[in-house]
Formats: sequence, C-alpha cells, structure tokens
Amino acid sequence: MRKSIIAAAFASLAILPAAASGAEEPPHVDYSFAGVFGTFDPVQLQRGFQVYKEVCAACHSLKFVAFRNLGDAGGPHFTEAEVKALAAGYDVAAIDNETGEATTRKGLPSDHIPAPFPNEIAAKAANNGSAPPDLSLMAKAREGNASYIHAILTGYDHPVPEGVQVPEGGNYNPYFPGGVIAMPKPLSDGQVEYADASVPRTVDQYAKDVSAFLMWTAEPKMEVRKRVGFGAILFLGALSVLLYLSYRRVWRNVDH
Amino acid sequence: MSAASHDDVSRRDFLYVFSGAAAGVGVAVTAWPFIDQMNPSAAVQALAATEVDLTPIQDGQQITVMWQGKPTWVRKRTQAEIDEVRAMPDSELKDPEADQDRVKKPEWLVVIGICTHLGCIPNRDNSKQPGGYLCACHGSVYDASGRILHGPAPANLPVPPYQFVSDTLIRIG
Amino acid sequence: MASGHSNYTPSNGLTRWLDERLPIIRFANDNLLSFPTPKNLNYWYTFGAILFYCLVIQIVTGIVLAMHFVPNSALAFSSVEYIMRDVNYGWMLRYMHMNGASFFFIAVYVHMSRGLYYGSYKAPREILWILGVIIYLLMMATGFLGYTLPWSQMSLWGANVITNLLGAVLGQDFTQWLWGGFSVDNPTLQRFFSLHYLLPFVILGVSVLHVWALHHVGNNNPTGIDPKGPQDTVPLMPYYTAKYYFVITLFTIAFAVFVFFAPNLLGHADHYVEGNPLKTPTHIAPEWFLGAFYAMLRAIDFNLILDSKILGVLVMLGAIGILFIVPWLDTSRVRSANYRPVYWWCFWIFCADFAMLSWVGLQPAGTVLVQMGVAADGSPTGLNVTHLAQIGTLYYFAFFLVIMPLLGLFETPRTLPESIAQSVLKRGGAGTPAGAAAAPETRI
Repeated sequence: MRKSIIAAAFASLAILPAAASGAEEPPHVDYSFAGVFGTFDPVQLQRGFQVYKEVCAACHSLKFVAFRNLGDAGGPHFTEAEVKALAAGYDVAAIDNETGEATTRKGLPSDHIPAPFPNEIAAKAANNGSAPPDLSLMAKAREGNASYIHAILTGYDHPVPEGVQVPEGGNYNPYFPGGVIAMPKPLSDGQVEYADASVPRTVDQYAKDVSAFLMWTAEPKMEVRKRVGFGAILFLGALSVLLYLSYRRVWRNVDH
Repeated sequence: MSAASHDDVSRRDFLYVFSGAAAGVGVAVTAWPFIDQMNPSAAVQALAATEVDLTPIQDGQQITVMWQGKPTWVRKRTQAEIDEVRAMPDSELKDPEADQDRVKKPEWLVVIGICTHLGCIPNRDNSKQPGGYLCACHGSVYDASGRILHGPAPANLPVPPYQFVSDTLIRIG
Repeated sequence: MASGHSNYTPSNGLTRWLDERLPIIRFANDNLLSFPTPKNLNYWYTFGAILFYCLVIQIVTGIVLAMHFVPNSALAFSSVEYIMRDVNYGWMLRYMHMNGASFFFIAVYVHMSRGLYYGSYKAPREILWILGVIIYLLMMATGFLGYTLPWSQMSLWGANVITNLLGAVLGQDFTQWLWGGFSVDNPTLQRFFSLHYLLPFVILGVSVLHVWALHHVGNNNPTGIDPKGPQDTVPLMPYYTAKYYFVITLFTIAFAVFVFFAPNLLGHADHYVEGNPLKTPTHIAPEWFLGAFYAMLRAIDFNLILDSKILGVLVMLGAIGILFIVPWLDTSRVRSANYRPVYWWCFWIFCADFAMLSWVGLQPAGTVLVQMGVAADGSPTGLNVTHLAQIGTLYYFAFFLVIMPLLGLFETPRTLPESIAQSVLKRGGAGTPAGAAAAPETRI
C-alpha cells in the first residue's frame, strides 16, 4: 500500500510538465540516445554542430562547451586535427602582450566556443529586446528535452488559430509556452550543405541533428553515465543476493 | 549452535567471507571517483601543453610564458652566450650537466624559471654572472644555461619537456 | 547507555587498562554488537540504518563537491557545470548528491510513517520522537539551502519565496538580515553555502542523541509490547546488522537507477536555467519533499482574523510544529496500529492525504482539475488544486488534533499477544522452542 503511495507521488511528478506549460506536447522523435541502452550517434552530432555553427551561432552562445569537448568520445568525436582546425577558425578575445589592449587571437582547443554578442545588453539590442538564451543546457532546461527543441524548430508553419494575437516581431509557434516566440523561423530546406549527400537537407533533419547535438552539450557524460550505471547495478544485484543468503543464514535458527 | 556439522560451518564461513569480500570490493571501487575527483580536471588537463611562437623573439631576448601555472622562460641566446656556457668545464659545476644536454637547438634555451632552492623567481642579472640569473631571495646565481654556479640552490633550473613543432613553434608539455 | 547491564569482559591486560580509563570498547560492544533488539522487527525497522547511510552519502559527496563549487552569484552556476563536465566523475558525485537528498527524504518519510503506525512516539519514547522531528526540520532546512546553491532560476526564486515567507511573519528587518542586502544576492548565497555545510554535522550530532535515546529505552516493535526477557530479543550483531547490509544494498540499487538512468527525473527543468533576478519562472515549485507544506501554505487563500499571508505561514509552521506534541495528543494505550482497527484506517488515509498534498504543492496554483464552468474571462472554473489543498490540510490537522485524542477514548483495540515470543510463534507456527532462539550465534 505504501509502495503504491510512493509510486503515486512519483507518477504525479511526471504529470507536472503537461499541467505547467500550457503549450502543445512536442511530437515524439526517435533519437539514438533514448532509452537505457541509447548512445549518441557521433556522425549526427557532427552534423548537428554544423547546423549550430552555420545557423544558431549567429545569435545563440554555447558557453559551457569547449572546442576540445567536440573531440570527446561519447560526443561528436572529431579527430584531434579537426578540433584544432575548428578552433582556429574562431577568433577569441585576448590581451595584447605588448600594449595590454584588447585584441583577438586564433582559438585553441582549450578555449570555449565564443559567444556571438559581447554581453546580454548587446544581445538584446540586436534582437528586438529579447536576448537569445545560451544553448549549452537548453535540452535539459525545457520539459520535453531534445524533442522540445525539435518541435520549436519545426513548429513555425502552423496556421495561427483564431483568438491568438501575434504582436509585431513575434512569431506563432504552438510548442512555445504562450504560443508566441520572438525568434523568427531559423531553418529552411537546403540551407545547410551536409557533406554526406545521402542525408536529407530538410528542416526536419536539421532540427533532429541540432537537437541531438544540444542534448549532448547539455548532458555530455550520458554515455559513460549509463555504462557505469550498468556495472553498478549488475554488481549490486549480485551483492544483494549474497547478502540476502547471508542474512537468511544468520537468522536460520531464530523464529521471527 | 552445537548441532552444526563441520560441513555446515565451513559453508557458512565461505558465504560470509565471500559476501564480505564482494562488499569490500564494491566499497573500494566506489572510493575511486571520490579520490580521482581531486586529480587535475579535464579543463586543467587541456592547459597542460602550451605552444609558443618563436618568431617575435629577437636575439638575446627572453619571454616568459605560463606553462602549467609555472613561469617558463624561452630565450634566444646570442652566439657569444652560447660559446661562454659551452666553454665552462662541467667539473666546476655544482650540478654537472653539459649545455648541449639542456637545449634542443643551441640558440633556444627553455627552462622553468623557479629557483631550485626555495621556489623564488630569479631575475636576469649581469652583476654576478654576465648573461646569467640571480635569485634575489638567497643569492643563487645561474648561468645562461640555467645551471647553478654558486649560492644555496642545489640543482640547475629544470628543463620542461618540449618539442619543436616547426622551426618557429615549440610545444611545451 | 544504561539499557541493562553490560556483558563485555576485557580479554587482556591492555583492554582492561583501557576499559578502566575510557570504556570505548565496552561502549561499542554494548551499543553496536550485543545490544538486545526485539526479534520481530520487520523491514520497516531498517530505515533508521538506511537514514544513517543516506547521511553518510550526503556528507561525503557534499565535502568533495565543495572542493569544486564556488559560492559566488556570478560563478556558482558555471562551477556546477564545471563539476558536471570537467571534474573527474564530477557528474556522478553531483547526481549522487542531488538524488541523495530525495532518497534521504523518501527514507525519512518511511521512517516517520513507521513511527506513527507502530506508536513509537508513546511513553517512554517521547524524547526519541522529538529528536527525530528536530532532525527532520534540520533536513528540510539543509535541503532548502542546498536547492539554492546552483543559483539557477529555481534556486534564486525558491530562495526568494521562502525567505519572503519568513519575512511575512518576522518582518522586513528580518529578511534584510537574512539576505545580507536588499534582495537575494551574493551575500545570501555565501551564507546559505556556509550553513548548508554546517547543518549536516548538526544533524549527525542530533542523530547521536536520537540513537542514545533509542538505546536507553530500547526498540519498539510491531506488537508494541515491551520485550519481557531474553527470549524476546536477539543481539544487534549479527542479526540486524546482516539485515541492514542486505536492505542497504537494495536501497542502493534503487538509488543507482535514479543516479545513472534518471538523474533529473525528481528535479525541475528550470534548475538548468541560470538565475536571473529580472525574470521569474512561470511556475515556482519547491522540491517534492517540501510540496506538502507548500500546499498547506497556499491552501490558506482567505482571511480569518489574521491576513491570509500570515495565516498561511502559521498553518505551514503549525503543520511541522504539531509533530512535536504528537506523543501527548495520542490517548490510546495501545501502541501498534496492528491492534487498532479504526486508527489503522485513519493512518493510511493520513498517508494518502500527505502524498496528495505533496503532489498538490508541486502544481501551479489554481490548476483546475474538474471543470464545472467558465469564468467571465473564458478561463475554466471548478474543482482546483487549492480546494484539494484545503481538504488535505483540514484532514492533516484533524488527524492530529481530533482523531488522535478522541480515538484513544472510543476505539476498542484487538487483544494484544502476551509476549513478542508468543506472537512470533503464533504467526510462524515453527516448532523450535522460543528459548533456543535467544542464544546468539557463536561468533568466531
């Protein structure tokens, strides 16, 4: 009975998001990382990074991700040379050794991905008064995780229902709480040139790839976490059998 | 439990010992993350190697770079300075070491600028040794190869691991 | 701890010498090894040991996290991300600490329900119970303080709401003193970190008193009757320690499932948004383990002599405070609900009520559950979560203030067994004479 109460308490937590947001539930996406055995697909993450770099990065920062992370196993897994080249393609803020003045230098793998705007006020000023949020943790910072991001990116072409007022500079998106989002439709078919011609160049595919990539930026240790978890639970399961037998044995001559 | 047979006792012992050993292994494995978290993190590791561009350094000039949090000198020595340190017989040194063994290219000296006595940072100072270093803390004097000549310091300035990536770029670490 | 006489005999000169000066081995023997424990304790009675295990997990993971965390409003959020991304096994330590708090509360709720069910608060265990309530209060304070440390949106606004709550009763001067400023800001974070580090050790200290009180009066047991002799008890070691090892392993499996496979299930998405003092999240939810009290706070949406804001805070504090006087509210002379047919029902309804309140506390205020009509502005009206909270709060207080005092006077309890040994034999039907069982297993 108490078990069912605890179960009910947990179940109630799952109901919470639906009750809270007032937005449409994001459609289901089949991600490779879903489920207890799921892992990231490095090739997809590399494509996702490309989408981020060519589209999202114009406005959104990714401040918790360093270039070296892009080479991590359990992530996009770029080679060391690729990571170096990627980093060198960015200018990062630096101080001139001679004059002490602010300058820039080529990025190093140890640098974090530079933000498109120097500060939040600049970000606001350039974007109609609402600063584009950092994307590093976005997939964990919204109910629905990666599929929420996918839903937002693909949710622009819905007709505006009657009674919904879309103000100047706003865009209707049923998956966004309140239905009106400041971000204009960011993706269109064919916008990003994937190296692999067999991957469709559609908004849906871009959204899937970049949302998978952002799930990785939010939870970069997911693969090792699941691996350690399997080891831990298998070991604990075996140990609990041993300890149960020991317990029964200790008590075998006691009525209780 | 006087009724327990010998067999019974040993089987019981085995179960207890095995369970205890398994639990012990579990605790030991669990302890590792708690110990390992104090090791240098991935962010710190990423800064373990430093690349230095040699092009802006003039003859006789020295720059200081931070490598793993330590001031590291990269110095372009003049031919006169090289000749002088190489003329010094090893036997006169407190910590005998040939200059040839301390550099990869004769003109480039790369050493960690921390006095081997008590960890102060020596200065370039010609008063005691032309082209050498003087540690202001306790008066240790080093030559243009970073070798200890006199003073309390017991050893030469350490040479960090480095390699020439190209003629104008070295990678320390 | 003066529960009966010690059976420890020093085995050699050195231990004899030590025993005369600091009887630490005698103390350990009497309390951890030979302590006579009723032999009919069921699995619900293992949660005390589990709670000690939880405290150890929280203290150990907390100490190592503090080696990397930066208690500064500008850096706290990124230092948590640094732990999650760059510190070796940092993700694991942080997820253990985060979920450890939830599991600590799951265990404490089971432990407290166990006490309520078996009447473990009744004489002579009143102090034992009160010390337990103090630990629970300290746990809530520690949990809340820990919630604020990552300086996320939830942290920041949770800290705002709770401190303003206290301010509603204690005034503006108090909140400024608590904040160290005119709003929740860096000074607040730094002092909350300091206190979050301190309180677990206070909990540890009170736990020692709690166990001292327990070992002074002895364990209660499912029959609620006192052990009458050695045939009713077994030594703690190895009987219950063996059971603890097993149960703690099971508990760890459940814990590992959350840490490794659902680490954020018990949390809230806004915990991954950096704190922004200019923007309130649309819906502020406390941690689930504080949900019931938050629901009671919000249940009071009416003025009654006092203003609703102050009344709500008083009701919430009263809900916790009432636990202190439970030993004197219950008038029944029978301890265990196994022998109290009416109380049995009231108890389980109380558990369901508390679970419902915990759920309600996490819902946005005014969420309509059963629509009955439409308001003038087009929003639905009907049975909403506030109504549920009001019903739940009413039963919560009625359980303690009406049911407990009155039931003892009117309820007819079932016949109690004569002894623990007798109840065990009747249930188990085993043939071994009770006396044989009391002999502890030979230790090697």
